[in-house]
Amino acid sequence: MKEEFKVISKFIEEKSRVLDVGCGDGILIEYLKKNKVVDVRGLEISKEKVKKCLSKGLAVIEGDAENDLRQFPDLSFDYVILSQTLQAFMSPEKVIENLLRVGKKAIVTIPNFGHWKVRLDLLLKGEMPVTKNLPYQWYNTPNLHMCTIQDFYNFCNNKGINIYKTISLNGEKISNISNSNLKYKNLISELGIFLLEK
Amino acid sequence: MSNLNKMKSILIEKTLKLDCGKEISNFPLAYETYGNLNEKKDNAILIFHALTGDQYASGINPITKKEGWWNYAVGPGKSFDTDKFFVICANVIGGCMGSYGPGTIDPLTNKPIGTNFPVITINDMVNAQYNLLDYFKIEKLFAVAGGSMGGMQVLQFVSNFPNKARVALPIACTASHSAQNIAFNELGRQAIMSDSNWKEGLYDEKSTNPDKGLAVARMAAHITYLSKQGLQEKFGRNLQERSDLKFGFDADFQIESYLRYQGSVFVDRFDANSYLYITRAMDYFDLTKQFNGNLSKAFKDTKTKFFIISFTSDWLYPTSENKDIVIALNAIGADVGFVEIKTDKGHDSFLLDVPDFLSTIKNYLNTTYSNINERRI
Repeated sequence: MKEEFKVISKFIEEKSRVLDVGCGDGILIEYLKKNKVVDVRGLEISKEKVKKCLSKGLAVIEGDAENDLRQFPDLSFDYVILSQTLQAFMSPEKVIENLLRVGKKAIVTIPNFGHWKVRLDLLLKGEMPVTKNLPYQWYNTPNLHMCTIQDFYNFCNNKGINIYKTISLNGEKISNISNSNLKYKNLISELGIFLLEK
Repeated sequence: MSNLNKMKSILIEKTLKLDCGKEISNFPLAYETYGNLNEKKDNAILIFHALTGDQYASGINPITKKEGWWNYAVGPGKSFDTDKFFVICANVIGGCMGSYGPGTIDPLTNKPIGTNFPVITINDMVNAQYNLLDYFKIEKLFAVAGGSMGGMQVLQFVSNFPNKARVALPIACTASHSAQNIAFNELGRQAIMSDSNWKEGLYDEKSTNPDKGLAVARMAAHITYLSKQGLQEKFGRNLQERSDLKFGFDADFQIESYLRYQGSVFVDRFDANSYLYITRAMDYFDLTKQFNGNLSKAFKDTKTKFFIISFTSDWLYPTSENKDIVIALNAIGADVGFVEIKTDKGHDSFLLDVPDFLSTIKNYLNTTYSNINERRI
């Protein structure tokens, strides 16, 4: 978590306007506020978590990304963050479209389904993978659309979305992903963090 | 009503031009305060009351001897913590608790003004209350807050005075009174005006109040403040002190008895003409129209932090209408928080003991207040 926040925070230039979609308890918002003087807003679907955010005085509104991103005008934020929730949407494609409409840039983090442990689970056990980042069983997972770092790369290329930077997270190890090491990073990364622009 | 003499009140000398075109001056505005204004004068919160509220938000109302209308939220250690904040609450103009209203005695005739009172708006109410800032020499309020019609006043206040409150808490309200709400208000007004005691509004307060009409108005309105589920759970089809139906029109059911009681106690504390004027002000409220259909423009340039709250079971001022305000604020990049609180208590939730609601406000205000002070150091 900490490393992910560090990477996200490094992506963001100072004095930016940021929207954290699916901001949860607001820990990333607080982290960003502590590390840079940024104007950070949040959108969160869980009432309980929204109440926690508001108790901390954060500008968070209750709503879900698939319906409530619509209300934000075009390019109203410098960055829109989507941390590890893309896979839970009915239509990740539309959410990404909206992120890039609302934000000048989007930061998207995905749990990597191409990680070797995930691949091994399915290959050797013949069972749906259960890992630290994906702790659910197939019948209770909120993750409807899992993808790999490679998949997301392909998706962006097909959609004409510019990938500015991709970072691999493996435990506490942070490294760059480029075209040349993509196949390898797709095998060893637990998380992929993408900085995107339309 | 000897307590009326102890009521705090300011006399607003300067002329207030009302939306209807008439001008008023030298009129009283009754208010109450809780807590202390600090030296920096940065801890003041102006609370706006709803349709039938008054300035006695907290503690015991000295006139009715009952708990203040927002006693759950306002007081020492409560959501609006009076150990920390200085809470001001005024009776709206058009009201009947000491502020200039249809019940005010006209010195020329020595009778209540009655329906000769001008039709007032939410905007007029807010402009009148703004005088309290001058009176207390408060440069900027920490917060403005209110539910229902109080929330409408919050919106109007921030729109009129974009730099006069750091935080705005509009609760269970709307930016534009709906047809359904106008309809319910009209039902209440018709009940009052069809009472033969109403006498075109020129009834003698002491002897011939239109009590029956006002009680029916209150009964009808009271239903709209509750939810179907809440009513069902509280009353169901329970019978009132009887084991069987009586095949008549007495209050067989507990819900009937409850409503009759609500109606009967209301007439003791509220003036029928005030009810007409205040419901009219609510009906006329359309902040979106004030800004030619673009609600965002109402809040242009505001630095105020907004926290909007709605309730799941409130069908009178539903979440969708509260969300319209959130959307308008987001469109201009205002600092806005929003949560819909889950409860079956209906529109009345904001007045009741709803722990989630009360604690979230408390934490929000306390954190925001200390953040503002930290930044200053």
